[in-house]
Amino acid sequence: MSDLEQKIYDIVVDKTEIPRERLSREASIKDLEISSLDFVEIVFAVEEEFDIEVPYNANTMDADFETLGDVIDAVAAEVAKQG
Amino acid sequence: MNRVAITGMGVVSALGNDVETFRRALLEGRDGLQPPEGLEDVPKGISVVGQVRGFDAEARLGKDRLPLLDPFAQFGLAAADEAIAMAGLDLRADPEAGQRTACIIGTGGAGISTLQDGFTRLFKEGKSRVNPFTVPRAMGNAACSHVTMAHGITGPSFAVTSACASANHAIGLGFHMVRGGMVDRAVVGGTDALVNFGNLKAWEALRVVARDTCRPFSKDRTGMVVGEGAGVFVMERWDDAVARGVPILAEMIGFGMSADAGDITFPSVEGASRAVRACLDDAGLAPTDVDHINAHGTATAANDATEAQVIRAVFGDHTDRIAVTSTKSAHGHGLGAAGGLELVACIVALQAGVVPATLHVSEVDPDCPLDVVTNAPRRTAVTVALSNSFAFGGLNAVLAVRKAG
Repeated sequence: MSDLEQKIYDIVVDKTEIPRERLSREASIKDLEISSLDFVEIVFAVEEEFDIEVPYNANTMDADFETLGDVIDAVAAEVAKQG
Repeated sequence: MNRVAITGMGVVSALGNDVETFRRALLEGRDGLQPPEGLEDVPKGISVVGQVRGFDAEARLGKDRLPLLDPFAQFGLAAADEAIAMAGLDLRADPEAGQRTACIIGTGGAGISTLQDGFTRLFKEGKSRVNPFTVPRAMGNAACSHVTMAHGITGPSFAVTSACASANHAIGLGFHMVRGGMVDRAVVGGTDALVNFGNLKAWEALRVVARDTCRPFSKDRTGMVVGEGAGVFVMERWDDAVARGVPILAEMIGFGMSADAGDITFPSVEGASRAVRACLDDAGLAPTDVDHINAHGTATAANDATEAQVIRAVFGDHTDRIAVTSTKSAHGHGLGAAGGLELVACIVALQAGVVPATLHVSEVDPDCPLDVVTNAPRRTAVTVALSNSFAFGGLNAVLAVRKAG
């Protein structure tokens, strides 16, 4: 597991108190019952951690991010852009 | 109980800074949403806004007054001036009438741009002083107080704040005060000045702002568009209006409110439905009496689907015979001003027999099964209209108006 993936899981645990063992790339955000406000906080914390901007809109959340893997990939892509 | 007449209204908005311009814009289906103008910097996540443009504060309010007026107070005062002039009232000339007049002006953001200017000086520019009038400019009651001072209103006066429902709460309270006889007339409405960098950043941060534009009830909606402005009304005892021989714009007939006691941002079908039902009860209306609803219709995923359920729950099969629109698609979400702008739109609909359009709808979302007046205004007789405001924080306020005469 990459550092990036680990850090994102740490943030999710911190913001939602979901047990770490339930988190994986395949875990569905819907099944984890992460509320949209929690998700806004998570995205904010991730952006602060990696100094990036994640293109996230709560209105289109279901279409944009289905699993934690989608979030990790989006963050990795933004981090890569930063070079 | 007194019948209550609306005899004056005033508006400042992205669709125009007086009632006549606003009315024409609604009837023509004009879109007031454009990229922000005059800002040093625009947040990346903001595409368009419902910004007040071409508002000549000096001409409207006088140069002397401006140092003490945050834009939110400027908009509110200008709209009140228009409404009071339309009603043909001169309360300064009649101190007893001034004492029998209430003034209630809602606001969500109050003097947020004045605070931002102060913080910019302190923390960005490294200056050591802020505007000497920061406190009286920024305080939430500033707009209300300036209206009372300008017009000699010396009765019960205060500001209310309930985010997107502020104006409806202010209007409804004033209506009940006139109806119940506490006062003879009330100057009521809402105002907000929100198109500034800091506030737009705050909305961007919440991740609910539209990627492109405001598309209420549309399948491809992506969120709300920040607007601003003011909508202010004069309400008075029906018999007084008749005796004075002034034109009655509409009859104010109902006000209902409720709290969800649920989520701070997610709306509740149950909570909002109770506000709509309370409004119908207050007005003595059956659900089948309602022809038109100016919806809260923010174009967020959550609001519009919830609001459709609310309307279905309250109106049942009659829902299909109610022309629903969200004029936020044309003037943006005025937050504390929203209910004011939208009551003007309702009155325009009653007077013209035309329901303004919900702009930018590609296809009505199957999750919003309503008769949405899409993309062009619809000619149809409107006798009774409701205006919904369901605020962040779960505070709901709904108004009912009837065609005059």
